[in-house]
Amino acid sequence: MQRTLTIAKREFRGYFNSPAAYIVICLFLLMMGFFFWNPFFLINRASVRNMYDLMAVLLLPTAPALTMGLLAEEKRQGTIEILLTMPVRDTEVILGKYLAAFGLLSVLLLLTLAYPISVSTLGNLDWGPVWAGYLALLLEGGAMLALGVLASSWTENQLIAFFTSGMICFIFWVVSRFLPFIPSQAASVVEWLSFDYHFQDIVRGVVDSRHVIYFLSVIGFSLALAFRSLESRRWS
Amino acid sequence: MNDVMIEAQNLVKRYDDFTAIDNVSMKVRRGEVLGFLGPNGAGKSTTMKILTCFTSPTEGSAKVNGFDITTDSLGVRASLGYLPESTALYTDMLVLEYLEFAAEMRSLSKDVRKRLKEVVEETGLGDVIAKPIRALSKGYKQRVGLAQALIHEPPILILDEPMSGLDPNQAVEIRDLIKDIGRERTVILSTHNLAEVQVACNRVLIISKGRIVADDTPEGLRDRAGKAHYSVTVQKQGDDAFAKQCEAAFKSVPGVEAARLVEDDAGELTYEIVPRSNDDLRPALFKTAVDKGYTMLGLKREGQNLEEVFRELTTGPAASPNNTKAAA
Repeated sequence: MQRTLTIAKREFRGYFNSPAAYIVICLFLLMMGFFFWNPFFLINRASVRNMYDLMAVLLLPTAPALTMGLLAEEKRQGTIEILLTMPVRDTEVILGKYLAAFGLLSVLLLLTLAYPISVSTLGNLDWGPVWAGYLALLLEGGAMLALGVLASSWTENQLIAFFTSGMICFIFWVVSRFLPFIPSQAASVVEWLSFDYHFQDIVRGVVDSRHVIYFLSVIGFSLALAFRSLESRRWS
Repeated sequence: MNDVMIEAQNLVKRYDDFTAIDNVSMKVRRGEVLGFLGPNGAGKSTTMKILTCFTSPTEGSAKVNGFDITTDSLGVRASLGYLPESTALYTDMLVLEYLEFAAEMRSLSKDVRKRLKEVVEETGLGDVIAKPIRALSKGYKQRVGLAQALIHEPPILILDEPMSGLDPNQAVEIRDLIKDIGRERTVILSTHNLAEVQVACNRVLIISKGRIVADDTPEGLRDRAGKAHYSVTVQKQGDDAFAKQCEAAFKSVPGVEAARLVEDDAGELTYEIVPRSNDDLRPALFKTAVDKGYTMLGLKREGQNLEEVFRELTTGPAASPNNTKAAA
């Protein structure tokens, strides 16, 4: 556990040692600002209801950008050799890296609290749904990051990791919009597998354990696969 | 002082259709500095990666500090410090940050500050401690790599080409450092520089095409290669008959097996003289020359050197020109 945190700490600091993290955060916040305030005064209601959908979309490129280098870059540079010959379990490496990315996501989401706060000064904002929305974002973002770690474990190339995880996340996100074209027997399964089905329910305030378990399963499954992929180096 | 720290038995590593190492066995004892020698691609790094648990052998087993590499990998890794061939470090970190990271990963039990100070002093990193690693020269990076391998005072050090890419001064410094370290610890270092092996190691393992072809002391290897021979140069006096006369004279010296003229140039005659035994023939050769009234210009005893042994052992039909270059 100690080593997991050590790795997470190093990785989290690493984000801020290069301009990459700053650029990602700035881009995210700029786009947020533009797309959020643009229709806000048209609707003319003290609500941040559309903010969550917007952030979920913005996370589609952001999450893969945060995770793409985590393992791919270690492999490309060869730094993984020293890391994995230290007395550390592969699971601790994966978990540490994931925690670092999750930490940065949390920072990002924390910064966006500026929106509900400023809206609350304009009118009467109900904070209950806001927390539900943020929980949904943390869960969906967390799932995206786990898929990102997985993609990063498959390759030595950051760009390939970025596009692979971006594509997987996009499919999980977009699939609920194609439900009308899917035979009804399969539709319910596909719907259940999609991010949006669970996301929208939580945002609506239905913080059902089913939804939480769904996202946690995606995270657990992805990280377990990433662990397998990291471990496979021994046998290749 | 005789306990076995590393014991490998019949290690085999196969990639799809390529056998990287084939039946490698070795025993390394405490206090030994083992030079692991071989041309590029002979299997040095693969063996080291198996011993450090970075990869697993296809067949065979190994014990490091009493821990099995497959069932007790954490114990193995806690017992050793490793410097990989690439010396790939996190370039975005400061030297100090990096060493702190290594110390934390190794969960040092005693005072971390004190140990950091010691290791920085040992590896001569004092001047660059606050610099980002990406700004360091190759030599300093190598030292940071060594420092992270040493920080937890492991009983075993595995160093993959620790002196490659360094300038001669740096190489000497690192070599001396390794020699120092080797007094109390077990060190395996791979290299294709034979001078390093002769100076730093007390045992040599030569590997070629995945197989161990020699396991001996540097001196033993040299002896194995055959006896020393002598090169004598005298001033030419008169015609070719003189050359013949000289040759006969040297041949008649007791203990000389053969003598032959190898060079006749600019009034200098150079003879190669092969002795029967390992006794030093130089005094006898010198006396003979003086007695006969020859003017001796040069007298050299040439030992068979490790390079020739290395070339002999590692060049087969499939040896590429690269291998010979590595040896030279």
